[in-house]
Amino acid sequence: MEAAAHAASQTDAEPRTYLNHETSLWEWLTTKDHKKIGIMYLISLAVVFLVAGLLAMAVRLELMSPDFSIMSASQYNQTFTMHGIMMVFLFIVPSIPAILGNFVLPLQIGAKDVAFPRLNLASWYVYIAGGALTVTALLVGELSTGWTFYTPYSSQQGTAVIFMTGAIFVSGFASIFTGLNFIVTIHKMRAPGMTWNRLPLFVWGLYATSIVQVLATPVVGITMLLLILEQTLQIGIFDPALGGDPILFQHFFWFYSHPAVYIMILPAFGILSELIATFSRQRIFGYRAIALSSVAIAMLGFLVWGHHMFVSGQSAISSIVFSLITYLIGIPSGIKIFNWIATMYKGSVWLQTPMLYALSFLFLFTIGGLTGIMVGVLGVDVHLHDTYFVVGHFHYVMMGGSVIALLGGMHYWWPKITGRMYNETLGKIAAGLVFVGFNVTFFTQLVLGSQGMPRRYYEYVDRFAELHMISTIGSFILASGLFLVLGYALHSLFYGKKAPQNPWAAATLEWTNVAAIPDPHNFTSTPLVTRGPYDFHKADEVFGGSGDGQARGDGAGSDASRLAPPEAAPSAPKEDASA
Amino acid sequence: MSTETAPATTESVETEHDHHPPHLQHHFVSSEQQFDSAKLGMWLFLITEILLFSALFVAYAVYRNWNPMAFAEASSTLDWVLGSVNTIVLLTSSLTVALSIHFIQKNDKQKTVISLLSTLVLAGGFLVIKYFEYMAKFEHGIYPGEAFAPTGSGYEYLAAIPYVPQFFSIYFVMTGIHGVHVVIGMGLIGWMAWRAHRGDFSDEWYTPVELTGLYWHIVDIIWIFLFPLLYLV
Ligand code: HEM
Ligand SMILES: [Cu+2]
Repeated sequence: MEAAAHAASQTDAEPRTYLNHETSLWEWLTTKDHKKIGIMYLISLAVVFLVAGLLAMAVRLELMSPDFSIMSASQYNQTFTMHGIMMVFLFIVPSIPAILGNFVLPLQIGAKDVAFPRLNLASWYVYIAGGALTVTALLVGELSTGWTFYTPYSSQQGTAVIFMTGAIFVSGFASIFTGLNFIVTIHKMRAPGMTWNRLPLFVWGLYATSIVQVLATPVVGITMLLLILEQTLQIGIFDPALGGDPILFQHFFWFYSHPAVYIMILPAFGILSELIATFSRQRIFGYRAIALSSVAIAMLGFLVWGHHMFVSGQSAISSIVFSLITYLIGIPSGIKIFNWIATMYKGSVWLQTPMLYALSFLFLFTIGGLTGIMVGVLGVDVHLHDTYFVVGHFHYVMMGGSVIALLGGMHYWWPKITGRMYNETLGKIAAGLVFVGFNVTFFTQLVLGSQGMPRRYYEYVDRFAELHMISTIGSFILASGLFLVLGYALHSLFYGKKAPQNPWAAATLEWTNVAAIPDPHNFTSTPLVTRGPYDFHKADEVFGGSGDGQARGDGAGSDASRLAPPEAAPSAPKEDASA
Repeated sequence: MSTETAPATTESVETEHDHHPPHLQHHFVSSEQQFDSAKLGMWLFLITEILLFSALFVAYAVYRNWNPMAFAEASSTLDWVLGSVNTIVLLTSSLTVALSIHFIQKNDKQKTVISLLSTLVLAGGFLVIKYFEYMAKFEHGIYPGEAFAPTGSGYEYLAAIPYVPQFFSIYFVMTGIHGVHVVIGMGLIGWMAWRAHRGDFSDEWYTPVELTGLYWHIVDIIWIFLFPLLYLV
């Protein structure tokens, strides 16, 4: 970030931007600017993703073949435990809201900042404190509970569990602060004319996410606290030897952790709507359906946690009810997929890197969602529970869904964040590597699971050897794609082409009304919003035109009257429109 | 034109240049917007508090249902007189904190400070009584969890009833977490009293007092549920 700031301030007569304004380290660490906080989160989360990713590679190496080994069984347990904990609690849950939400949300609704900038900064520090506790947990002992911390095993483990659950308790506050801040921001900070029906769908996604964050996170907080007390004082709430109930722990845990999967995926849905609309040059199909289905998923998501406990000993009736409600989740998810596809239909699809990620998402999330329904079927899950099929399912939704959307979103907003373009060719190659690598890695795991390969096992029988080998090879392809992204991203910070204000000819405020690199206060004057976020046919400041609505982007008109997609170098917006 | 720049139409311009009260942060357009935001934020925070306690209430309900005898016996050793006194103390403190908001709306600084200070005293009283209650239990070896080892008449027989320790664990955890909230509340109220004394607030701007009051009410309401569940039922 400093590098970009430095590069930007070299050219003289450069306008004031958030990157060349208050650039010292101290000013960064005490900043209340939502954009800078987003970047601080970006850097911290990138480190976590790298570490947790390397742990995953270690797991895959260990499993490459039955007789090849790089670590002991207990190290293996610790490796997959830390991979899961870091990826879930310290990476995916905060990722999209804390990075892109922070950066983009105020810009998209025409606000100068989030409602509580100081709380926003506090959230980053709380997150870092959670990270510090995680490191402490690693130093003080072994952690082999898996990311789910099931009792009684976890309550009989050493001090490492205390620090780790403490870390989750603490970093939960970071999540609550972000969610609370966003809800208030969306309710109270919208620019004049930015009605609820004109909110970009990313904002709707974040809104639904924030509701889940605020409602679910306190429960995991208290659960972790109780687990700590169980360990230190033996209070007998979860430990069956003392009259406690381990199933109660699972109920509490999944009451948070199922909604938490919507904390991960709802903002990804939001990003997807932005990408599909912008790169199809088409007004989004079914705006309200997409917006409200996010909220519906957020609500329904609170009623299905029992589908993780079909074989845990909850009553059969609960299992049946949870199974039935789980099917319902498929409806709003399906609505979204169909709306996105309908948006692309007869649109002018422009296959830039972000759009490639959007298309990957459609493909991968569909597999993830359908396998979700499959394990949601009570009878089927009795067989598939705790197998690689479940591992495959959740990687298709978390990596194939959330992380792919995050990557798409990062490419999409990269010019706005850094003021630089990345290398489009390399971007496309990387997107291809990620897509292929991902499927090779995880589709094999779906097959493995359906053949009975259990999850979290250090050794396995020979008949699984081939598929495990393929999966490991796939993970290397995937990793090479991700490292390629890291490489050209760093390169672009220093040598990337300067980005125009609106390189994608998008129609939301952060592109139309904010300078190429945003001003420290975002807007030079408060925007007045008079149209929807995807009304390309009314966005004359993006496409030129006389304002008579002749330049049609809604795909409804004849070919002649339809807007041609921008060529390789898209038309920059007219200078005067940004003023 | 669609999303045009509109220099003259928004209130922001007016507010920024003509009248900019010191409490108004730069990213808000008006005091009302700032106040509404703060209040909505506080309400959301209170919801998280309720959810935090709700898990404890669920644990209470489950185990009470499983071990009704143990819960009945154990609960009968709690001192319901002290509990009731504490309930009245907290209810009164909710009244005084509400009065402080009433007085600041009337711009009566002195009475505001007095009502805040009396809230503080009442909260302190609550904790003192709670302290004596805890001590009376510790004296007889009634500790949460593993350390539970009842001694002395009136308590010894508890050792024979299975799952009694569980009740006390839940009792100590719930009242303990509630107690932490009381301490935090006292910190906030003390801080508000000091700021009110310094003259930070007026009928135009008293958001922090109002928010502290909201927080204090939730601490009170949670106790209103804890008291009958633990002492009476
Ligand atoms: C159509 C939507 C979905 C349905 C119906 C669904 C259903 C399920 C079911 C029934 C299980 C339990 C399988 C078992 O343990 O035997 C499960 C596991 C899981 N799902 Fe999903 N899911 C859906 C979407 C998602 C999404 C969007 C995410 C995350 C972004 C996700 C993440 C997970 C995770 C992490 C697990 C495994 C937890 C563990 O045991 O470690 N799911 N899913
Ligand atoms: Cu679930």
